[in-house]
Amino acid sequence: MKTGALAAARLVAARDLSLAFRKPSQLLQPLMFFMIVATLFPLTLTPELSRLRDAAPGVLWIGALLSSLLALEFLFRDDAVDGTLEQFALSGQSLTWMLFAKTCTHWLLTGLPLALSAPLAALALGVPVAALGAMIAALALGSFGLSLVGAICAGLTLGARRGGVLLSLLTLPLSVPILVFGSDATRLAIVGADIAGPMYMLSAIAVLGVTLAPLAAAAAVRIGLE
Amino acid sequence: MLSVSGLHLWRGDRHVLRNVSFEAIPGRCVLLTGRNGAGKTTLLRAIAGLLEPEEGQVSWRGTSTRQTRNEFHAELAYLGHEPPLKGDLTARENLAYSIGIRRPVTGAEVDAALARTGAAKFADRAVRLLSAGQRRRVALAGVLLANAVLWLLDEPATNLDAEGQHLVADLVAEQLARAGVVVAAVHHSLPLAAESLTELTLDVA
Repeated sequence: MKTGALAAARLVAARDLSLAFRKPSQLLQPLMFFMIVATLFPLTLTPELSRLRDAAPGVLWIGALLSSLLALEFLFRDDAVDGTLEQFALSGQSLTWMLFAKTCTHWLLTGLPLALSAPLAALALGVPVAALGAMIAALALGSFGLSLVGAICAGLTLGARRGGVLLSLLTLPLSVPILVFGSDATRLAIVGADIAGPMYMLSAIAVLGVTLAPLAAAAAVRIGLE
Repeated sequence: MLSVSGLHLWRGDRHVLRNVSFEAIPGRCVLLTGRNGAGKTTLLRAIAGLLEPEEGQVSWRGTSTRQTRNEFHAELAYLGHEPPLKGDLTARENLAYSIGIRRPVTGAEVDAALARTGAAKFADRAVRLLSAGQRRRVALAGVLLANAVLWLLDEPATNLDAEGQHLVADLVAEQLARAGVVVAAVHHSLPLAAESLTELTLDVA
């Protein structure tokens, strides 16, 4: 008897969650990085809240992007080193589903905490309290897109010896749309306007990512294992 | 049952596998021997489907493994150089997850397999605290639990003590008795009955 594809995906997610909680430093590092970047701006740019507010969308999203790049390195690397990915590829199960589960778990452990802790940094940047909800939503959606795009790139750079730099170079251009629409949504939220437009675009990117990224990541990982 | 025909494989500009062909039937163990760098691991990985050969074909039950990849992999247990274990999980957790992905597995089954490979004593210790030989025993329990017909073993007895070497031979003999197929890359021959062994020596390219 064989485990179903969804049950296998659930086990992959459960395993990643229990591993993450035994090694929390790997999760906290990108989060700390984001908080440090975002809170250094008021110290260096200007203490004036009105001017900081103008820079806030850019600061928050660049911080989020860089922090997600930092976290992406851990998405497949450990599993590739210890042979777990190899066993996934040889399990007779759909690698696509298992990598999708891994990517979702990765977002749950990095993107979501980042979005939820962003208000701390946002308040220091003068973002009005009324805009925080919309900002969290945009960051959560955007970081999900970033995780999906990143999964493809992380898969592609598996075989490279110094994958880190290559991973960033590959992911950055692909994540520009998310950066543009995400910071636009945050800017609109700060001035109190309707954020539906950019949020639709972010959702569209996320849907496209959910449909295509796991397939592409699975193909990339199979090549990377060679 | 497993048939490898005319396999050619290059790694970079090195022609590692040159026209490798063999047949493995139920109840027989194919021992891959040869010096370091002869391509034993490469051949095992090519059979498993982790490497794409430039030429030649691997078939399982008469069909090419490329066409029925998931069905083939469901019947395959592959144990590479490094035991595929997570250092932060215990031996028991490692197996529950890695085997659970393949088939539903109960705690009692995991315990029985760990006991069979002499790993019961350290089943609840984090794997990173185990010695290389102990890890190997945990990984062998995983091979047992996979309930696979075909075993591909890369140096299965590495890091094991004398008793461990016999354990590997016993496990292989039991697998052969179940009409399983075993292909193992070895440096030292396993203490197995000669009639169940076929030796295939690879030459350094």
